[in-house]
Amino acid sequence: MLKDILKILEDDARTNTKQIATMTGTPVGEVTKLVKQAEKDRLILKYKTIVNWDRIEDDQVWAIIEVKVTPEPEAGFDSIAGRIAQYGQVRSLYLASGTYDLLLVVMGKSERQVADFVSQNLAHIEGVQGTVTHFVLKRYKMDGEILEGGEGVKRQPVIL
Amino acid sequence: MSAGKIEESRKHLKILSERVNRLSPSGIRKFFDLLASLEGVISLGVGEPDYATPWHISEAAVQSLEKGYTMYTSNSGMPELREETARYLKEKYNIKYEPFVEILITVGVSEALDLAMRAILNPGDEVIMPDPHYVAYDSCVILAGGEPVMVPTSQKSNFEVDAGDIEARITDRTRAILIGYPANPTGAVMSREKLLAIAAVAKRHNLMVVSDEIYARLVYGVEHTCFAGLPGVKENTILLGGFSKAYAMTGWRIGYAVAPKEIIAAMTKIHQYTIMSAPTMAQVAAIEALKTGEADVVEMVEDYNRRRLIIVKGLNEIGMPCFEPKGAFYAFPSIVSTGMKSEEFSEKLLMEEKVAVVPGSAFGECGEGYVRCCYATSLAEIEEALTRMKRFVHKYKK
Repeated sequence: MLKDILKILEDDARTNTKQIATMTGTPVGEVTKLVKQAEKDRLILKYKTIVNWDRIEDDQVWAIIEVKVTPEPEAGFDSIAGRIAQYGQVRSLYLASGTYDLLLVVMGKSERQVADFVSQNLAHIEGVQGTVTHFVLKRYKMDGEILEGGEGVKRQPVIL
Repeated sequence: MSAGKIEESRKHLKILSERVNRLSPSGIRKFFDLLASLEGVISLGVGEPDYATPWHISEAAVQSLEKGYTMYTSNSGMPELREETARYLKEKYNIKYEPFVEILITVGVSEALDLAMRAILNPGDEVIMPDPHYVAYDSCVILAGGEPVMVPTSQKSNFEVDAGDIEARITDRTRAILIGYPANPTGAVMSREKLLAIAAVAKRHNLMVVSDEIYARLVYGVEHTCFAGLPGVKENTILLGGFSKAYAMTGWRIGYAVAPKEIIAAMTKIHQYTIMSAPTMAQVAAIEALKTGEADVVEMVEDYNRRRLIIVKGLNEIGMPCFEPKGAFYAFPSIVSTGMKSEEFSEKLLMEEKVAVVPGSAFGECGEGYVRCCYATSLAEIEEALTRMKRFVHKYKK
């Protein structure tokens, strides 16, 4: 049941409690309780909107940064990752297999700002051995949503 | 209409065949034209999924074009598609069909239905079907020279057709029974027991049963019973199926007919002279759908179900009583509280509240008093349509 509720909210966070109750055949009170608990347990982290900022303003710069680090004896990668995650401009952070260790998605207002983050913040963190920064040229898909195209397709208004 | 115009229209009727002239004049054409002229309409009138075809299916077709698969296929359809269809029917319903003699790939179930009727009917032969029914059923029978015979169904019996009612209408001229469950426009499904009773009638009177199961995969909380899979009835069954609804592939126009080999051979004869073969790229896409599309179907059905529950509850709450449709993607609420005929209701609702529904009368006399609401549209649109319909129903409540 909880999984069903989470799936519905993940798809559309605006689905209200009454609608979820109808969709899952669960009493409204029960849905409210489960959602509150999921929020408390941090199963639900936040309710957000996917905005296509590219269409409104151009003062956003995104970069993907590969970071090679020396794992710490006790904490491995977690401690360094935890520190990097604290920076607001780091939008996503992953530990990855391959030629580097951490993969960051970073957002800044300018290339300068991203460059400053790499040279002044990231590079100074103990254990960081090296970085490779890829500036994003264009975003095509975010969180499962294709940003452009597709909206021109219309169904016939009535089909028997 | 002026006298001159009437005269002109009569002349045209003389040019046309009697069969075509017998087809019900499309009474809701006016409604369609009206709809096309309006902006900002929420349409619950669309009889197709609101999904695009899953990309891996489209990609298979794109790749086939790149590889040069642009020629005709075998009249019967690509061997691999017929094999995959046979495998699918065996896995899903445990029915064994020979892919090369008992399966024909068609241009949607629409073509398959037309072929079936033309293959089995002689002039004047009767085909018994439930009322209301999908709009093409009676027309295809008439075009094949047959006579449609209606069995009334109603909300009281969840729009399931009763075997006894069918048997009562059997005459010397009865050739076939035509059923389509899950049903368009009602969303009704048939229980296995009721289908068994129909199978018994068909066998007792040696009738063919044409079973249109295009909505087979869209069922909610119940199992679909494939008519051909009922014991001992395979020889009497022409099973029609397709990809449009389950895989969101309406525009690809691809379906199949499955039946005893003599019937498939006859249908193939007509198909080869009129169609040649179903579109090649659509056949490639259908193979991909059967091989790897199962997860997509499951996901879409879950999503339809959520919207189904919302619309059915909503309609019942706003004074449009609606039985629980367990299949397809339609709700079929009663509009009796307004005292209006379904065409009047649909037209007024469109003009006053800009919501499009399909008048039940388009689907037969027994559809009068109901409208068809398709819930394969966004949740936000469903909720807004319910709000507008509530206002409308309250205004005209008798």
